Amino acid sequence: MSNTLALAGAPPGVLPRTIARTWRKRSVMPGFGLTFGFTLAWLTLIVLIPLATIFLKAAGMGWHEFVAVGLSPRALAAYRLSFGTAAAAALVNAVFGLLVAWVLVRYSFPGKRVVSALVDLPFALPTAVAGIALTSLYAPNGWIGQFLEPMGIKVAFTSLGITIALVFIGLPFVVRSVEPVLADLGKDVEEAAATLGASRYQTFSRVILPAIGPALLTGFAMAFARGVGEYGSVIFISGNMPGKTEIAPLLIVTQLEQYAYAGATAIAVVMMLASFAVLLLINWIQAVNRRRMGA
Amino acid sequence: MKVRATSEDRLTQIVLIGLALTFLAFFLLLPLVAVFSEALGQGLGMFLEAVQTPDALAAIRLTLIIAAISVPLNVVFGIAASWAITKFQFPGKSLLITLIDLPFSVSPVVSGLIFVLLFGANGFVGPWLAEHDLKIIFAVPGIVLATVFITFPFVARELIPLMMEQGKDDEEAALSLGASGWQTFWHVTLPNIRWGLLYGVLLCNARAMGEFGAVSVVSGHIRGETNTMPLHVEILYNEYDFVGAFAVASLLALLALVTLVAKSVLEWRFDLHSGASH
Repeated sequence: MSNTLALAGAPPGVLPRTIARTWRKRSVMPGFGLTFGFTLAWLTLIVLIPLATIFLKAAGMGWHEFVAVGLSPRALAAYRLSFGTAAAAALVNAVFGLLVAWVLVRYSFPGKRVVSALVDLPFALPTAVAGIALTSLYAPNGWIGQFLEPMGIKVAFTSLGITIALVFIGLPFVVRSVEPVLADLGKDVEEAAATLGASRYQTFSRVILPAIGPALLTGFAMAFARGVGEYGSVIFISGNMPGKTEIAPLLIVTQLEQYAYAGATAIAVVMMLASFAVLLLINWIQAVNRRRMGA
Repeated sequence: MKVRATSEDRLTQIVLIGLALTFLAFFLLLPLVAVFSEALGQGLGMFLEAVQTPDALAAIRLTLIIAAISVPLNVVFGIAASWAITKFQFPGKSLLITLIDLPFSVSPVVSGLIFVLLFGANGFVGPWLAEHDLKIIFAVPGIVLATVFITFPFVARELIPLMMEQGKDDEEAALSLGASGWQTFWHVTLPNIRWGLLYGVLLCNARAMGEFGAVSVVSGHIRGETNTMPLHVEILYNEYDFVGAFAVASLLALLALVTLVAKSVLEWRFDLHSGASH
């Protein structure tokens, strides 16, 4: 009833937000019970219950057993490698992702649409395909590897190779989160800065960068989180030497192959908690930053 | 030369464009070219032979079956979830959206692990399954479950912002004219969201066919039975059958290219902006 009233009172083409504001408790819209019930049931069955098992399993382990596997020297080395390479790759992506987003938003050049589509390749290309392709490129006799080898740079089967795979995987996260913010950024603030005598560099570092900072940090965080858990693109190029080039997700798989379910669970739980902690930290930085900017 | 105050001079632009394109060429284009070059490097005959081995054909069939089951499931869930979320007000809505997004932040390997812990031989439900002679882990149902989990947010994530933006006016008009709920959905809502839905389906399908980590954990790698295309690529590669591995990989790369083209066409034609975090 209230909806028809709201509709009758609203001018044609009114924003949905106005409708939403006048919307009352009762709705003529059907299907809430069906869709909400199905959504909740499916979510519980497919996501919540399976995810809960991992914590249930971990809770069933003794503290001693949990620490013995979850924080063993081999596991610690794997975490260090996974988090370290993911951070390095996300950093590279923050720099080059910003550059790519900038070029795509601000400049025009032939083939721009193709380049823009190509940026999403890591989302569409299966990770195993990316993994073997990168390995063949950076192997000592590969297209790129053969030039790096004489210079003494080893990429395949080292942590540098892992980082390169994670750069590939993470790039679109940064580009796609920075792009819309950069496009929405009005020219007027830059004009104002220029009128006040700022150089182009000053405008960039004092006006543009702070404005896109949160989006850049979000992209960094997403690339980082994805990199920590990444498996398919990394295992081919990493060489998988325990303690040296063994990433944490691979250690979980190794434990599973030995039917050491408790060990796999312990490592998975430590990884998830560490990832959550990093994401919370980044959220906190953003909240503090927003408060300081007064937005 | 006069420099415009809100842009860079042409030389700086060219340097920046060149730098960005070089980076993209090395990190994105070259791997893609390498896949096709390695697959076809020994001639078309070798390529065709490699993709027609019984194991490769079985892997292709299984991958198609997995996608054919998991994508429709996600379409139904995505539509139901976005209908409930965008057409109604209820407490805990943002929590629900966060929970739907949860599979994005879980490592693929962990996504497989949870189903092993649940349905594996030593899992919570494992003994009961064994008693009733049901097999989920190291069988097709496990692969479907892991794939559905991994692709869980794809369709909903595409539809929620779109339906939020479209509001409820159209549906309310139809309902007030006497249409039933289902009629309203089929004749009003579905035509409104079809391109966004197709966009979500494309991305969901690409991920479903290409998923490696989660599927690898639950599949057991039984040749001809539980080997999907990405897993078959791994097996061939580890056996040093590089032509075979890259031949199957090139089919997946082709799928990725088709997905990218279709996605771009949808973006340009229907002004669907790309989501930031697929």
